[in-house]
Amino acid sequence: MTRPADVTERYVADFKAFAGNGAAGAPAWLKEIREAAIARFAELGFPSMKQEAWRFTSTAPIAETAFALSRRRTGAVTPADLQSLNSESPRSARVVFVDGSFAPELSTVADLPPGVRAGSLAAALTTAPDLTRAHLAHHAPYQASAFAALNTAFLADGAWIHVPAGTRVDRPIELVFAASATGAPTVSHPRSLVVVERGAQATVVERHVALNDAVYWTNAVTEVAIGEGARLEYYRVQNESRRAYHVATTHTTQGRDSVLSFHPITLGAGLSRHDIYTALRGSGAHLVLNGFYLLRGQQHADHHTVIDHAQPHCTSHEFFNGILGEQAHGVFTGRIIVRPGAQRTDSKQTNNNLLLSAEARADSQPQLEIYADDVKCTHGSTMGPLDEMALYYLRSRGLSPEMAAGMLTYGFAAEILGRMEHPDLRSELDQVIRARLADRSPGGRRA
Amino acid sequence: MSQRTPLLQVQNLHASVDGKEILRGVDLTVEAGEVHAIMGPNGSGKSTFAQVLAGHPAFAVTEGSVRYRGRDLLPLKPEERAREGLFLAFQYPVAIRGITNAYFLRSALNAVRKQRGEEELGPVEFMDLLEAKLKLIGWDDSFLDRPVNEGLSGGEKKRNEILQMAVLEPKLAILDETDSGLDIDALKTVAQAVTLLRRPDNAVVLVTHYNRILTHIAPDFVHVLSGGRIVKSGGKDLALELEEKGYNEWAQDEAPVA
Repeated sequence: MTRPADVTERYVADFKAFAGNGAAGAPAWLKEIREAAIARFAELGFPSMKQEAWRFTSTAPIAETAFALSRRRTGAVTPADLQSLNSESPRSARVVFVDGSFAPELSTVADLPPGVRAGSLAAALTTAPDLTRAHLAHHAPYQASAFAALNTAFLADGAWIHVPAGTRVDRPIELVFAASATGAPTVSHPRSLVVVERGAQATVVERHVALNDAVYWTNAVTEVAIGEGARLEYYRVQNESRRAYHVATTHTTQGRDSVLSFHPITLGAGLSRHDIYTALRGSGAHLVLNGFYLLRGQQHADHHTVIDHAQPHCTSHEFFNGILGEQAHGVFTGRIIVRPGAQRTDSKQTNNNLLLSAEARADSQPQLEIYADDVKCTHGSTMGPLDEMALYYLRSRGLSPEMAAGMLTYGFAAEILGRMEHPDLRSELDQVIRARLADRSPGGRRA
Repeated sequence: MSQRTPLLQVQNLHASVDGKEILRGVDLTVEAGEVHAIMGPNGSGKSTFAQVLAGHPAFAVTEGSVRYRGRDLLPLKPEERAREGLFLAFQYPVAIRGITNAYFLRSALNAVRKQRGEEELGPVEFMDLLEAKLKLIGWDDSFLDRPVNEGLSGGEKKRNEILQMAVLEPKLAILDETDSGLDIDALKTVAQAVTLLRRPDNAVVLVTHYNRILTHIAPDFVHVLSGGRIVKSGGKDLALELEEKGYNEWAQDEAPVA
């Protein structure tokens, strides 16, 4: 067992090396943030299960693995390697990162409207210095989270999307984070920034994929700023290697009358944790947080969500469904804060877990903190095996027990898929999930 | 005397749940083209009878026989009964998360069609068929894209059961208290739909507590179920008699005769 101090020291040492060379060329303000962030990480250390927010998830497997900072390896991934990604559906741009580094040779721009940017954040620090500085590390504060602090300390690159005011991007902008690692365990800290300005509209899909069944760690942070009256539909598909660790933080901030539909889909990684902070900072903002996890074998996924109602007349509809097979463990925390003055808040939350085996486990914790009096807040969570009465009902209509069970199981996914607006992405995810559900091999590793 | 095989022939049917006997010797014969009403007080075993015919796994048949279209019904699984043309409209239809009515109906119809040796229908062909059915019974398609029985009112759920019946075209439809919880207009629409679906080669068994649905769907036979047995049978006038007198006469005779 490695002592906690040794663990943080390793990262501090890596940081010194990183700050000495890899971070060259960064603006002074960013260097300052990185220095502060590594200091904060050293103070916080890896979270322990004694902390309320981590009571169901142990970070020890991550802390005890000696991950080396991943390096750019030009040519390690070819376009053919990415063919498994659905490449049929039209997109306006594809921005690819391999092991955390921008891969321009794999990235393509098809038809971005004038003024819209989709590319590398490292480049944007030079090309859009004011905008990046105004947003970066402002939405995702690293002071409270060791993982966000570590990501910020090693902040070098990630995706940059900028949709200027009043601009509409019809086809999805696709961000691909591919892991190509094969050898000794490595870690990447992709940092992304998405700015959708006043009255703009866009669809973004963020994919995390593995090209090998390797041990690696992705520690991602994405900040999303949505301006007044803007509309963003954001898909996030985590399909890392089954031996990988995936820790992610997504921070969204919404302005007045903006609409965000966020669909986080968790299919991969052996151990994953996704912190989702959504801040409704302008009145009349609307949020749909529509998540799904499908876990098999020994997979463990923890979704930790916070919806912060800071202004009146906002709505948040949060739905998370999980299908847990074999020895999988799903954790869901849904914290909803309604701040004083956030009157006429309309907030609902549900978390439904289907346990396909006696050894599968789900933990679900709603946490409501309501400091306003004229609000409507509801929450509910369920966990259990397939409903016997529903099985019988379907059989009484002619379906075999296998078909009935399959239909009821698929329904947990279909309910979430039904809220996705983009037809191509919805149908692609539908196919992926159906293939996963149909895979009867142990651990479900074939699909 | 008719020489043809009855659609349904129930003889001395005994059934129990959790060791408690609910049905204590039910006899009933249903011919194609007929409408039978089974009436009775609460707890008389009406719903149990309906569920036993559909194959509910919680009920154990301990004695007696059920022949359906000339074969022994009891060894058949619920799905096999459905594919053979037996349909139960549930008293409490079950909500199916995430599955739309259209998808569910097509899956069910294809399971039945496969059994009949007919080709399975693709989504487009199915929508044509479904539209024809909706037109026949005079309903719109507003809830086809909604999840099965989820967020529906009691009346809408009952209506949904009748739509399933229309699509699956059963030989024997058992309607378990389809009238309960319906307002007058909803009752009328449901009753009209059932009447429209009647054919010389199918039959309907209406399980009900009240006479009112029988004023819309005229039964050929009315049976009183009490204490797990059919204690009286007659024509549609029997329903009127029950409406007047209530079930008190039989409620007192609860104790088994033998």
